[in-house]
Amino acid sequence: MKIHEYQAKEIFKKYGLPVPRGIVAHDAKEAECAAKELGTPVVVVKAQVHAGGRGKAGGVKLAKSPEEAGKIAAEMIGSRLKTYQNPEGLPINCVLIEEGVNIDKEFYVGLTLDREVSRPVFMVSAAGGMEIEEIAKTNPELIIKEHVDPAIGLLPYQARKIAYKIGLTDRKLVSQFVKILMTLSKMYFDLDASLIEINPLVKTKEDNFICLDAKIDFDDNALYRHPDIQELEDTTQIDPLELEAKKWDLNYVRLDGNIGCMVNGAGLAMATMDTIKFYGGEPANFLDVGGTATVERVAAAFRLLLSDPKVKAIFVNIFGGIVRCDRIAGGIIEAAKQVDLDRPLIVRLEGTNVELGRKMLEESGLNIIPAKDMADGAQKAVKAAKGEL
Amino acid sequence: MSVLVNKNTKVVVQGLTGKEGSFHAKQCLDYGTQIVAGVTPGKGGLIWKDDEGKYEVPVFNTVEEAVKETGADASLIFVPPAFAADAIMEAADAGIKLIVCITEGIPVNDMVKVKRALEGTGVRYIGPNCPGIITPEECKMGIMPGHIFKKGRVGIVSRSGTLTYEAAYQLTTRGIGQSTVIGIGGDPVPGTTHREAVEMFNNDPDTDAIVLIGEIGGTMEEEAAEYIKENVEKPVVAYIAGVTAPPGRRMGHAGAIISGGKGDAKSKMEALRAAGAYVCNTPAEIGEMMEKALKERGLL
Repeated sequence: MKIHEYQAKEIFKKYGLPVPRGIVAHDAKEAECAAKELGTPVVVVKAQVHAGGRGKAGGVKLAKSPEEAGKIAAEMIGSRLKTYQNPEGLPINCVLIEEGVNIDKEFYVGLTLDREVSRPVFMVSAAGGMEIEEIAKTNPELIIKEHVDPAIGLLPYQARKIAYKIGLTDRKLVSQFVKILMTLSKMYFDLDASLIEINPLVKTKEDNFICLDAKIDFDDNALYRHPDIQELEDTTQIDPLELEAKKWDLNYVRLDGNIGCMVNGAGLAMATMDTIKFYGGEPANFLDVGGTATVERVAAAFRLLLSDPKVKAIFVNIFGGIVRCDRIAGGIIEAAKQVDLDRPLIVRLEGTNVELGRKMLEESGLNIIPAKDMADGAQKAVKAAKGEL
Repeated sequence: MSVLVNKNTKVVVQGLTGKEGSFHAKQCLDYGTQIVAGVTPGKGGLIWKDDEGKYEVPVFNTVEEAVKETGADASLIFVPPAFAADAIMEAADAGIKLIVCITEGIPVNDMVKVKRALEGTGVRYIGPNCPGIITPEECKMGIMPGHIFKKGRVGIVSRSGTLTYEAAYQLTTRGIGQSTVIGIGGDPVPGTTHREAVEMFNNDPDTDAIVLIGEIGGTMEEEAAEYIKENVEKPVVAYIAGVTAPPGRRMGHAGAIISGGKGDAKSKMEALRAAGAYVCNTPAEIGEMMEKALKERGLL
């Protein structure tokens, strides 16, 4: 789960991490008042959306007066911020007004799971302000890495090692830096974060560290033990179809193509998308209906796929394992009757009792195009989406 | 004849009395797996019976007791995610050396800690978020449909349940049997990696060839490729799911995500190809490709 920058900074503050003074504003007037209250000659207006690359996308702007802050806020709030991560854009419902900071130097600090060693890893770079992916590509040697032993957490010597490697020498700054890293490590385990990122961490001209940006992503699987964090979720930042899918406990990700997919199992669902692409089509989505594929879930999945106007054909690809194919076929027929299917439906069934299942589909009176295997189904779906079937 | 499990494996099921545990324990017993004990705290002393009354299994409060009373040497775990890390550690502490955890949705940090705690203990754990393992016609320790597997000499390792079934089904319908099939699961911190499974198959004299099914996320497939390149003479047929998956989006499995510029399908496929594996474009080719590979080597 993602949260907004202002929410992450509230958590940072609770942990005693240095963040700029800031006030959240929901309209121009609030923004103007916030800027006045902060009282610095320059304030920063920051769009609150769940996407990286906000700066480049025009989501972070300087204002030299409260009036200007109000004007910028008025332009931002209610619009959608389009970033390289999210070309469709995300709605800006509020902005964070922050005091200006005298930046001397910028650093990147990130903490996330290193899957190669199954431990969290600190990634720190003196090339702050840039995307870490970019640094990793162009100058990997500029990223200092240090793994955290989950049994004891980050140790001070590790944080000092990083501090010296990124060129810190001043004792006060080193000690501030070590404290920040130790706190992040504690926070990561306390809150079941999957990513904590400060980009940039700033050394001010007054020789202090301050977290100019703050990002925390949380492990969805651990949210059950953090009800307070769960409350921070902003569903306006989630694709409406994906939100609807979540209600039915369906694993759904919207993509750009025109062939709707309904599959049991995450691996097979990905493989189905790939097979469609391999035969020249474009999948409209990832959708895993799960192992049981009951009538209710299949019907909900159909409604979801049909509500996307881009979808021109639907490919159902089910491997019946413990749940027999005749039961799955029954579910598909029942669900298809419920939802008024107006687009071609290609069904590939395989597994236990497959003959019976296929016969049921054929005799259902529904306009179902049967497929003998996955490749056949994908090819038929590609044709159907082009109107050639 | 196989790796990890065989007809002599004695299984304790943690979470036997729950809905999932009961359903799948019966399926395993039907397959011929020796389930000797169940563990559910608070239900010790009960005798578990399946819904048809065919089987009876004693239930214990702790794994320690179950091991002492029944000699169980492997554990199959069905407990809910919040209790799964505890269950794995309990099994390990009771001296069990093979643990298979089916549970989906375990917090990542729980598994990070479990992995750290089990380092160097010699405990082999598989999963979580996996279909389990099966040595066809001997022992099914998991939730896979047993009848699609057939005894034979091809090892399968996979991060995905349904793709495992696809692959096994394609092999079985071609008359190609399997030595052992290992579902390592779709989580970002798996107990057993692709590389470790490939190594087991490589060292197993009764496995002639290997199917490796991977997906986007992490670098397990690349690590396996490195091992294959250096050590494996047996034919390896590989398929990687997620060529069309966009970066930064989680595709169902918690571990199936391209992040930080790592874990895309193309680089995994290239690494495997460079290691000499037969790489399939779609999963529909796995059976055919294995048949070809075995014939080329004179193994079929």
